[in-house]
Amino acid sequence: MAKIQIIAIAVSLLFLLYIVRLIIKGKLREEYSIIWIACTLVLIVFSFWRDGLEVMAHLVGVYEAPNLVFTGAIFAVFIYLLHLSVVVSKLHSQNKQLAQEIALMKEKLK
Amino acid sequence: MIRIAIIVPAFNEEKAITAVVQGLNAIAKEHQLNLQVVVVNDCSSDTTSEVISTLNCVALNLPVNLGIGGAVQTGFMYAFENGFDYAIQVDGDGQHPASEIPKMLKAAIEQQADVVIGSRFIDKEGFQSSALRRFGINYFKKLNRMLVGITVSDSTSGLRLISRRVLETVSVYYPDEYPEPESIILYSLKGFKIVEVPVSMLERQGGVSSIGALASVYYMFKVTLAIIYTFIRIKFRR
Repeated sequence: MAKIQIIAIAVSLLFLLYIVRLIIKGKLREEYSIIWIACTLVLIVFSFWRDGLEVMAHLVGVYEAPNLVFTGAIFAVFIYLLHLSVVVSKLHSQNKQLAQEIALMKEKLK
Repeated sequence: MIRIAIIVPAFNEEKAITAVVQGLNAIAKEHQLNLQVVVVNDCSSDTTSEVISTLNCVALNLPVNLGIGGAVQTGFMYAFENGFDYAIQVDGDGQHPASEIPKMLKAAIEQQADVVIGSRFIDKEGFQSSALRRFGINYFKKLNRMLVGITVSDSTSGLRLISRRVLETVSVYYPDEYPEPESIILYSLKGFKIVEVPVSMLERQGGVSSIGALASVYYMFKVTLAIIYTFIRIKFRR
């Protein structure tokens, strides 16, 4: 096993451990952790299976394997960012409703 | 007797708010109107909250800053829940003279309007705003005319009256940011009758505009998008 493989596996495992720790401490909700765990698993798989990247690139007709990594990663990042924007928008509107209810209730209690 | 709520959104208006509330109450007395001033304090960092608690008005204190749209909507919710017949929005910075209230009410009752907008551009009296602002207003006038076929000469005016029918709608949905031009589209697509009355406005008595010079481009862009989205949302989901 090459040095880089060992480093990649170690880093991926550390990352996985960190995610699990965040969930246990309640700092990351399970539904948002799924994507991170999935990403880490992909990293681990390709750390063990060195030729995997070449095989995958060949399969979809990409000549340079690293290009597949960049394309795939950037696409995934965009989708996830869009998802986060949706989440923030939802929180924004819920936050507004809560603030309004509080203001109206404080007035009633007076 | 017709019950009227005057919604006054206030963000850091400790200097101007007292005169605004007193002016409104004086007009109510003079014209014998059943009028309740509702000040919505949008989480001001100055002493607005203390100041309004000493005045003759209902004070709604928001725990977080929501911006003008969210603040005004809170007032609309209060007016709707408490059975008011009309709500009139008046800015907290003293730009809108209280003496225009009876005129707007008269227009609403006589013309059976759901929405009455106070426009400074009909008679061209009083403070006429900056050239940039007027350019923006002109642009929204054209956009409104194109989309819903109505002409509102002062679509950014914050001096407006709405009926109970409209209160029901805006308690559920009212735009957050820069709500004035966008809500006109909302009102006309929902089939409410909109009329404009000429009013005279003053230059602000204190505080700063909610729209800075640099933010103007963003304002135009954002409001245009919001108007188009609102148009599509209501038009195709009836």
